[in-house]
Amino acid sequence: MEHAETAGNKIIFSVWFGLLGLTVLELILAYQELPLGTMLSVLMVLSVVKAALIIAYFMHLRYELPSLFVTLIPALVFVLIMMTVFFADSSRLAHMRSLLE
Amino acid sequence: MWLFIVSDAITFSAVIFAYGYLRLASDAWPRPFETPSIANATVMTFVLLSSSVAMVLAVRASSLGKVSGAVGWLVATALGGVIFDVLHIREWLGLIGEGVRPFHNPWGTPMFGAAFFTMTGLHMLHVTIGVIYLLIIAVGFQRRKFSAVDVEVSGLYWHFVDLVWMFIFPLVYLLSAKTA
Repeated sequence: MEHAETAGNKIIFSVWFGLLGLTVLELILAYQELPLGTMLSVLMVLSVVKAALIIAYFMHLRYELPSLFVTLIPALVFVLIMMTVFFADSSRLAHMRSLLE
Repeated sequence: MWLFIVSDAITFSAVIFAYGYLRLASDAWPRPFETPSIANATVMTFVLLSSSVAMVLAVRASSLGKVSGAVGWLVATALGGVIFDVLHIREWLGLIGEGVRPFHNPWGTPMFGAAFFTMTGLHMLHVTIGVIYLLIIAVGFQRRKFSAVDVEVSGLYWHFVDLVWMFIFPLVYLLSAKTA
């Protein structure tokens, strides 16, 4: 875990304020009358941005060797995408229930 | 630690996807969180994010060989975790007081309790283990048993626990906020 460089105070505190700001933005969004799907998409995009900031700066992945990123992140993203296969079945259940009623 | 984090990320994802599955397959998922609960969860988010900054400062102090500084920031980080846990347990007790059980609640859709308690409980367990982990590292670093690398590795775990909350907070709380 040797680093060529790490984030300085200025970057760390900017990231911190950015994360707090994004949280406030999410909070405001929660009280808007948006359709659930739109709300979910927007909130998840914001969460992914927050997660990326935490990983890149707090967990300093940005300053590690690129091979660490390449080894870990694409595989994780792939697994997560594969897991969405279940949602087809979930909406099928909801559809079947509406047919029964 | 990175390998553990990736596998733990998949564990959390499985639980989060199960929650999404249940919610999508249910007719009316409860939205029980009134403004005080949302405010409580927002404060918890701020506390956790701030504790992560304290952790960054602990890692930096340890790499510069500043023992007392590193120990101080580690304890501050752990304190953030304790505040988070206390606020969250208060939320749990509030819901339990309203009659929420794993397979029963006053609002219909019985699985709400199981999904909520599993997701937030797994996260609370991680925070609690993190607090213990950080305190052990703090004591060990003070006694020169652990190196700066050990502090850094414990930091990775702590930031990951913070990161997971960035998904649980909007999914569980914000999407179930009681609006008007």
